Parts: sequence; C-alpha cells; structure tokens
Amino acid sequence: MAATFAFAEARGGQLRKVAFETVTAARQAADASGGGEVHALLLGAPGIAAHAEALGRYGADLVVVVEHPALERYSPEVFSATAAARLRAGQYRAGFFSASAEGRDLAPRVAARLGVALASDVTAFELQGDAVLAQHPAYTGKVIVTLRLAGTPALVSLRPGALTAAEQPRTARVETAAPAVDPASARVVVTDLVRQTGVMLDLGEAPVIVSGGRGLRAAEHFSLVEDLAAAFGNAAVGATRAVTDDGWRPPTDQIGQTGRVVSPDLYVAVGISGAIQHLAGMRTARTIVAINKDKDAPIFKLADYGIVGDLFEILPRLTDEVRKARGGQ
Amino acid sequence: MKIAVCIKRVPDMEVRFSIAADRKSLDQAGLKYDMSDFDGYALEVALQLAEKQGPGEVVLVCLGPDGVQETLRKGLAMGAARAVQLKADAVPVDGLAIARALAAELKDGGYDLILFGRMATDTASGTVGPMVAELLDLPCVTAISHLELANGRGTARRDLEGAAETVTFPLPAVLSIDEGIARARLATLKGIMAAKKKPLEVRPAALGDVFLTVEAMALPPERSGPRFMGEGVDAVPELVRRLRTEAKVL
Repeated sequence: MAATFAFAEARGGQLRKVAFETVTAARQAADASGGGEVHALLLGAPGIAAHAEALGRYGADLVVVVEHPALERYSPEVFSATAAARLRAGQYRAGFFSASAEGRDLAPRVAARLGVALASDVTAFELQGDAVLAQHPAYTGKVIVTLRLAGTPALVSLRPGALTAAEQPRTARVETAAPAVDPASARVVVTDLVRQTGVMLDLGEAPVIVSGGRGLRAAEHFSLVEDLAAAFGNAAVGATRAVTDDGWRPPTDQIGQTGRVVSPDLYVAVGISGAIQHLAGMRTARTIVAINKDKDAPIFKLADYGIVGDLFEILPRLTDEVRKARGGQ
Repeated sequence: MKIAVCIKRVPDMEVRFSIAADRKSLDQAGLKYDMSDFDGYALEVALQLAEKQGPGEVVLVCLGPDGVQETLRKGLAMGAARAVQLKADAVPVDGLAIARALAAELKDGGYDLILFGRMATDTASGTVGPMVAELLDLPCVTAISHLELANGRGTARRDLEGAAETVTFPLPAVLSIDEGIARARLATLKGIMAAKKKPLEVRPAALGDVFLTVEAMALPPERSGPRFMGEGVDAVPELVRRLRTEAKVL
C-alpha cells in the first residue's frame, strides 16, 4: 500500500504547529485509503531528531531526519532537492506541505522538480479513486474552487490552521538521511533571520487572533487590543491593511488578501468594517466576533457574534470578562 | 540589464461573483479585468532597476486569451519596451503547465532577472514563479519586500511569520515581489500613446500535460448571520457566556 508523505516544518530548532497539521492531514489521507504508512520528513540543525517522537504522536509511522549544521535556517535549494528525492524514492500517493511562508516557497519547487500537480492553500481535501480533490478559497475567498489532482504523488499545501492537528499516537521509527545536495553548493543563502521582538504569539500559530482596524482611531489605542489578547492568553494581535499602511502596526501584522491569511479558532475583529481585502484573510476562521459602532458594517454579515457599540467602552469590559472566564477554569 | 516581468490578468474582486452553468467556471458577465496588483509592483521594480542600472530592456510576458493584450498594453504604457502574449484559450489552473509555457519562452532570452508578483490576486497560489525557476534551474527568492543588486549579486528580504530573512543570491535569478517594495506608477498620456507602437508578439503557449483541473466552483455557504447580536457594553457578559458554552473557545 502506498505511503503518504508529510513535510514537518521547524524553525529555531522547534517544530512549528503546521508540522502537526501536515502529519495529521497525511494520517487522515492514509486512513481514508485503507491505512498506509505516514512518512514525515524533518530537516534541521543537529538536535532536530529529538522532535521525531512528537511527530509520531500525530500519526507518523516513520520520520526521516536530515540533520546538518547549515539547515538551521531554511535553504530553498537543499530543502526542495531533499524533499523531492524522498518523494521520488518513496512512491507516495500524496504529499502534504503547509501553505506557510516557508511552505509556499518550498512546495511549488518540489512539484516542479517532480513534474506533478500541486494544489495550494487548501482548506479541505478528500481522496476519490486515484485522484485527490482539494478545496481552495480563491477570488479573495468569494469562490471555493475544488481542484482535481491527477497523478502521483499529488502535492497539497494546507492553509495554516484550516485543519486541526489531532493526536493519533504511535511510536515512529526514525531514519536518518543526508541532504540530497551539498548545502555548501546552494546559490540562494539565508544569511540572517531576525525574529520580530515583542510578539507574543505568531499569527499562524495562535488559536485566537484579536485584530484592530481604523475604528481604534490611533496607534496608541492598540493597547486595548493587546490587553484583550493578553487576557485570552493564547492570542496574537492582527491588523487591517489601513492600519498597517498608516504605520500604526508593522506590515507583518496585516491580515488580508495582501497580508497574512489565517484560520484561527476564534477571530475577534475590533473596529473593522470588513473590506473584502481584509475578509479574504480571515474568512475561514472557525468563530468570528465583531465589535463595531456601525451596525451595517459588512463584518457583521460574516460574524457569528457581534456587538454594536463603542469599542472604547466594550473592550476593557470584554478584557475583564475574558480574564475572569479564563481564571475560572 | 534585461528583465522579464511575467504578469497575469485577473478580474476585479470588488464584485459579487456568480458561477457559470457548467459549475466549474465564473459567469463572465460584469467582470472587469486588470493586471494583478503584485505584478504591478514587480513591473515597477523592473522599471526602476532598468532606469538605475543603465541600458536595459523590460519585457512583459502574459499567458492567456487575446483579452490579455489590453493588460500588456497597460504595462507597455507604464514603460516596458515590448510584450509577448503566450496565447491560450484560457489560463489553466495548473501552475506547472503555466510555468512550462513561460519557461519555454524565457529559456533563451538572456534575462538577468525574471520577476513575478508574489501571487495572482485571483487564485492566490503564488506557485508559478518558483516553478519557472526550478524548470530553468535558476536561483529564486520568493515574496521579497526589499531588494538590492551589486556586482552580479542580489540581497533580498523576505517577511516570514513573525520573522524576516535576509537572502543573498547570484544573477541571473527569478524573484517574486511582495507589496511594500514599490508602488506601481500610473501610465502617462505620452506612455499610453507610445505603447500603441511598441512590439507585442503573439505565440502559442506550450502548456503540455495538465494534471490539475477544476472539478467544481461554488460560492461559500452563506453565513446565516450572527447567532448573537448585542448592543453596547451590557452585551459583553452574554457574549462571553456564549463564547464559553456555545462556541467553546474560552
């Protein structure tokens, strides 16, 4: 029975949340087709092998670990050559990547090297006979396109957060392998990786996102958004394009068609009217809360819960109540 | 410096889309098309580099039906020297098929840089640029928000989730351009007049095999509207109660 491949993304020596999502997806695909093995590929600096066990918890039967000092940072050429070599050797039916910043760079390279189909930014998938069907929100999320991937391995990159990582523990075998090309020969080299300072949780990793728009009226009022995010304890702070264009927040905080596309469990939109550019970035959140003074704001059409009113009164109270609710657990 | 800019013609998103009778394409009625935003930034980067780096040529390439000629003319009006239409009845959804056709066109062009927008705003996939790079075996950096060139090498910045990478690469190279790097210039009247006389070649697109197809298109399920709408600060306790008991996110 053909095995299923998952690329396990790591950064700074740690697995990223999306690694568990791709392994979960591969597990689901394998089980849906009669229960073949799931093979995860993990690249990193020496020491990364210690995380192989965690991938087994999410259903990997085999973790192929490639350790090399030069792989502490992402190397597009080494990563894509190594992933392609593994996919070629393993005769996989399907391969799962994340549509994260790294995965969006990596997956198309691998697909081109193998000459196979890639469906990008996928929110749901199913196997149908020999084909894979994958759903992809297109046209700023206004149209759901179902794609048919023919041939093997069919490659899919998953929208971060669209699929909930689920544990399916097994003891993964660990196999070590060498990079498919010499890292010293790479033409494209990442010379520096600077982490943003003051970021509590990354937008792609956080189960909860509290986002602010123009309704906050000034950069300093974002402290209200930050307070609410802190009260949740597991939240990241996002912003609309209008806000990042005005320099109230860094460009990396932008959620929307031209910024980050997120699918958290809970999205709290504060003072955001709901321009399509923004909705494209958060439409697939599981639960959406909107707080806005204009009851006709388009965001309320998308929201599961809404409060119409003055956010400067509502936010401090909400922060209090959330803190109490979390404390009461 | 010789630079190719690969552009896509996409529909304006500020409309209510509807699905055609075949259930796998868009109803074209009322759709207006234009150059994808990110491709405009890529073209602007190319034009600025050509101006700065001395003698050079900026060449536009676009795959699609004859309607793309209008988009190519717009790019010529902005300042590109010539344009190539890779003619196809429709733009396939298979990024690799598009990449093959582009790679065949670009292969022997002697380009120092091949630029793409980070992604087309319609499909939002961003796959074609890195695929072309692999097919041509060229160095490639995607989604860059800053670029410097010197002595046949480039340094670019990529914004990741919660971090930024600095990346170095040799020329020739393939780059995909994120926003924030340059604002696309508007065509001047003089540019628009000049564009009419600039060369626009039409060649068939060598798409090859297609392994990715559209099975169906549908509008997302209509949200039934909010399960709870409150007013003012007094609605907060009820919201929090529902987030805990109903949505189970607290």
